[in-house]
Amino acid sequence: MAEAARAKPKPTPETQHFWDGTRAGELRLQRCDACSNVYFPPRPFCPSCASRKVSVFKASGKGKLYSYVINHRPAAPGFTPPYAIAVVELDEGPRMMSNIIDCPQTPEALELDMKLEVAFEKLDDKITLPLFRPTKG
Amino acid sequence: MRRNQVAVVGAAETTELGVIPNVSQIQLHADAALNAIADAGLKLSDIDGFATAVETPQQVAHYLGITPTWVDGTSVGGCSFMLHVRHAAAAIEAGLCKTVLITHAESGKSNIGRTPRMVGPDSLNGQFELPFGVYGPPSMFPIPVLRYMKTHGITHEQIAMVAVVQREWAAKNPRATMKAPITVEDVLNSRMIAYPFRILQCCLVTDGGGALILTSADRAKDFPQKPVYILGTGESVETPMVSQMQTFDSSRAFKVAGPLAFGEAGIAHKDVDHLMVYDAFAHLPLFGLGDAEMNDREFLYGSLTRDVYSQGVVLGRKYHLLRIAYNVFMYGIVASVFAFTIATIFFAH
Repeated sequence: MAEAARAKPKPTPETQHFWDGTRAGELRLQRCDACSNVYFPPRPFCPSCASRKVSVFKASGKGKLYSYVINHRPAAPGFTPPYAIAVVELDEGPRMMSNIIDCPQTPEALELDMKLEVAFEKLDDKITLPLFRPTKG
Repeated sequence: MRRNQVAVVGAAETTELGVIPNVSQIQLHADAALNAIADAGLKLSDIDGFATAVETPQQVAHYLGITPTWVDGTSVGGCSFMLHVRHAAAAIEAGLCKTVLITHAESGKSNIGRTPRMVGPDSLNGQFELPFGVYGPPSMFPIPVLRYMKTHGITHEQIAMVAVVQREWAAKNPRATMKAPITVEDVLNSRMIAYPFRILQCCLVTDGGGALILTSADRAKDFPQKPVYILGTGESVETPMVSQMQTFDSSRAFKVAGPLAFGEAGIAHKDVDHLMVYDAFAHLPLFGLGDAEMNDREFLYGSLTRDVYSQGVVLGRKYHLLRIAYNVFMYGIVASVFAFTIATIFFAH
């Protein structure tokens, strides 16, 4: 097992609400008040219509497995290969990179479009990562 | 930009290519530059415009002893140098400079004097991709591939064919690192790197570089080499975050740049008998072909794949060189930033 820690995000003023959310057990997205566009990653304006009137909301945390690789080598610090690097398409529309937990890291188990739900992994007192696991049932 | 107003009048690679442990990255730039300047029959002092990427243009210009009146440091990944051609042509047409040198180099294999790639933990990539275990291009570039395969019904055997064809074309290049023929079976049995891609589907890392010299068409005929006139160009970018690509079977940069190049050149697909598409990782030529609308699907994935991948046989010397200029390992991250200059460089006169 690699001793080096995985890369840890450092929030900026524009992304702090997202990381506050994961720490509180919420996946937070932003929606444009003007055109209703839901977008990610965070920024204080709508990348579709440029309105600065945007709201943060709690997302459902549900999505599906959109694409992935199973990385064998070289492994990132803090990861034991083989491990999947996934892109999840959230029910609200945006896609985000994540990892799939509670699931064998194999092509057979990682079926595209399988339903996923968010799970939170605490790295330290400031940072909790949003990971995903197969939806039960 | 009007067609045929600017031409490539010098082109060269580094003296050595492949594994060059005794030369630093900036010297690879200089080596390619000096070879290109000699190819064009020029002196260093004739160069008044300079463009490069990864290294800063001021760094390389100073190292070379050039004081340019126009510089471009557009650095958007492995296609940067093709964008430089477009920008240089515009600058020459606008009268900002007369003779432009473009250099590319990378000590990709030996890692001598290479600029470190830094992704800060507070950058968007550092916050929303790096923590999930991406670690260099092989773990990032292939992320869209499974979705692409599902969307278009492509098998592992079919996508492996790209690497087989890449190798066939490489074998025609005397300076290529890998020339031995490979089969689909070889590809599918090679070492797994990031499923679904194996080592034969990943970008080679290479020490080397290339350089081009451009000038206006009215001066070009006085040069020792036959000029390569620029018919048309296009450019765009997508995103440096692979997870945020608009679609996983296409690049917006390809889609925007292609029609621009065709439009400027005033030609149609049927006029193109040679095509080169950025092919660092083995799915990219398929994205490029699809986005250029060079083929219908059956044509693309069927028995003709072998011929389609690099259509035609016009492997003129300059084509080789231009290919190298943008085909050496994409330094960045970025599935984002393919541009292309298809059909743009012709022996038009």
